Amino acid sequence: MSILIDEKTPILVQGITSEKATFHTKEMIAAGSKVVAGVTPGKGGQTHCGVPVFNTVKDAVKNTGATTSITFVAPAFAADAIMEAADAGIRLVCSITDGIPAQDMMRVKRYLMRYPKERRTMLVGPNCAGIISPGKAMLGIMPPHIYMRGSVGLISRSGTLGYEAASQMKALGIGITTSVGIGGDPINGSSFMDHLALFAEDDETEAVLMIGEIGGPQEAEAAAWIKSNMSKPVVGFVAGLTAPKGRRMGHAGAIISAAGDSAAEKAEIMRSYGLTVAPSPAEFGSTMAQVLAQSHARRISA
Amino acid sequence: MNIHEYQAKQLLAQFGVAVPPGAVAFTPEQAVYVATELGGSRWAVKAQIHAGARGKAGGIKLCSHYKEIRQAAHDLLGKRLVTAQTGPEGQPVQRVYVEVASPFEREFYLGYVLDRKTERVRVIASRHGGMEIEEIVKSDPNAVIQVIVEPAVGLQAFQAREIAFELGLNIKQVARAATTILGAYRAFRDCDALMLEINPLVLTADDKIIALDAKMSFDDNALFRRHNIAAMYDASQQDPREAQAAEHNLNYIGLEGDIGCIVNGAGLAMATMDMIKHAGGNPANFLDVGGGASPERVATAFRLVLSDEKVKSVLVNIFAGINRCDWVAQGVVQACKETEINVPLVVRLAGTNVEAGRKIIKESGIPIISAETLGEAAAKAVAASRTGGVGVKAAGAH
Repeated sequence: MSILIDEKTPILVQGITSEKATFHTKEMIAAGSKVVAGVTPGKGGQTHCGVPVFNTVKDAVKNTGATTSITFVAPAFAADAIMEAADAGIRLVCSITDGIPAQDMMRVKRYLMRYPKERRTMLVGPNCAGIISPGKAMLGIMPPHIYMRGSVGLISRSGTLGYEAASQMKALGIGITTSVGIGGDPINGSSFMDHLALFAEDDETEAVLMIGEIGGPQEAEAAAWIKSNMSKPVVGFVAGLTAPKGRRMGHAGAIISAAGDSAAEKAEIMRSYGLTVAPSPAEFGSTMAQVLAQSHARRISA
Repeated sequence: MNIHEYQAKQLLAQFGVAVPPGAVAFTPEQAVYVATELGGSRWAVKAQIHAGARGKAGGIKLCSHYKEIRQAAHDLLGKRLVTAQTGPEGQPVQRVYVEVASPFEREFYLGYVLDRKTERVRVIASRHGGMEIEEIVKSDPNAVIQVIVEPAVGLQAFQAREIAFELGLNIKQVARAATTILGAYRAFRDCDALMLEINPLVLTADDKIIALDAKMSFDDNALFRRHNIAAMYDASQQDPREAQAAEHNLNYIGLEGDIGCIVNGAGLAMATMDMIKHAGGNPANFLDVGGGASPERVATAFRLVLSDEKVKSVLVNIFAGINRCDWVAQGVVQACKETEINVPLVVRLAGTNVEAGRKIIKESGIPIISAETLGEAAAKAVAASRTGGVGVKAAGAH
């Protein structure tokens, strides 16, 4: 199994006709994704990357049965695109866009809450690399060849640091069920906790690696949730040990502004809730290998 | 992005928040002139920098004569003001704000912040003004009033009244305070602010509610639609290298160490700094060249990093996704040819087209130290910063 997406997930690409979206749509198809439609207002009726293009998400859903979308939309229009997808009944939206105003995201989050829980859209991102279930499907912009199919769930705020982790694990023969980038914005769609809950239920996932960074309460909340809800081992890491206070480190959300925001504090919170914290960003793979070996040993002796 | 106090007050005034009469001045003569225009008999001359805690640092001077105004402006302008909120070098004072000093009865705190936990706007108020909110929370947590704003409808009048009554105001004062609280909220929302602080907000003897100080910071991601805010940008208040980086859409933050970093992706950039520290060194900077690291961007990044004289070695760490290693490698080679690089250079490439990238570096003949993993790259960069080693220009094969 995998979480969120597999080879059967019907995918819609919002903003498909742009140069960037065209490139990544082809990459996603090559990685196994079932792309069924695109949306670009004003280009309805055309065919692009071998799929029909529609003017609205509603039309695309009605005609193709798409349940999942990825948005390649400029920051000024990205919030609108996410809400359009939610209103059309799309279940999972992945927003790649970097640079969406925070107050727009605040309104998007409020808008998603309009729908009852059974039909509420899950948003992944924005400002993320997306999702990949290696060998099955990709809903994102990552280089698929660095991932190997396996039994570890990966959740990362940062795109490139997620790549680093995936390739370190691959070098040690450790593969991935699904990798999710939750994005570096201060207000994002789904959190570490949302995906941990999915990995906890996924039979194929044996352990999870979560890579956070400075700023915001999500890493600590997730660690507390793991303590009381998760029996699978979790390896954690928080980037930004050397980041000065009060400075925004590239990502809009990566800023130490309150108590508990720093990397050292978050790592300590993770440890206190029983997570294994990787000692450095060069040891994601080796730490996970140890944790998996211990977990196997426990299972054999039990 | 941050703005000056006088700019925040001009903005707030447009939203119905009462502020004392005041004007900005760039020279001591202008300061005296604007005081004559403002009228009154007591003035505050306030240094305009992007940091708080100016009062205690001598950045605010009360004056009763024009001569004192001239002297105060003369003393502040052209100096660097060091406060508890600036770095040890302080911030340059290039303008002062001359304001009619108004006597008041009571001081309050009023703040707005886009709160990450609730993902909504949080209004914070307190009966104790004039000191840092962190201090108020510590000394008298019961005196802190907090209201969360429902994004679909915005801050409501009843919420503003509740805050005002909690501040201990009478009904006449409450009406004016509510106007202020609602006006400041609209300024926060309509200008895409992330933080707004009026501290102190004061009550005068004739029941007026006035913003005596104001601090605002804005969402960089929203500046594309807030041209009036973007126009208030003051490069003098930023580190010159950071300002230069911003012009090229690069994310650079200067630090204290001696190993320069050029990395793609903010998370990997932070992790690279952490790794340098783990290997026993200290990073000189944070630098994210972003997704589309073209040869030009990489070359600009080199110039920025090398303009820091502390730098003893440079580590380039690229994990290419959208990026391609061969493009980045071309950028590195081009930068080495154009820029004088007198310190050892460690390059680690991974991801898309990595073989092609490594080949370009190798065949360039430039003495670049290659590394395959993050750990190896950090260790080599730290070692090179200690032993010195060969600068790529000095020994370059071109």
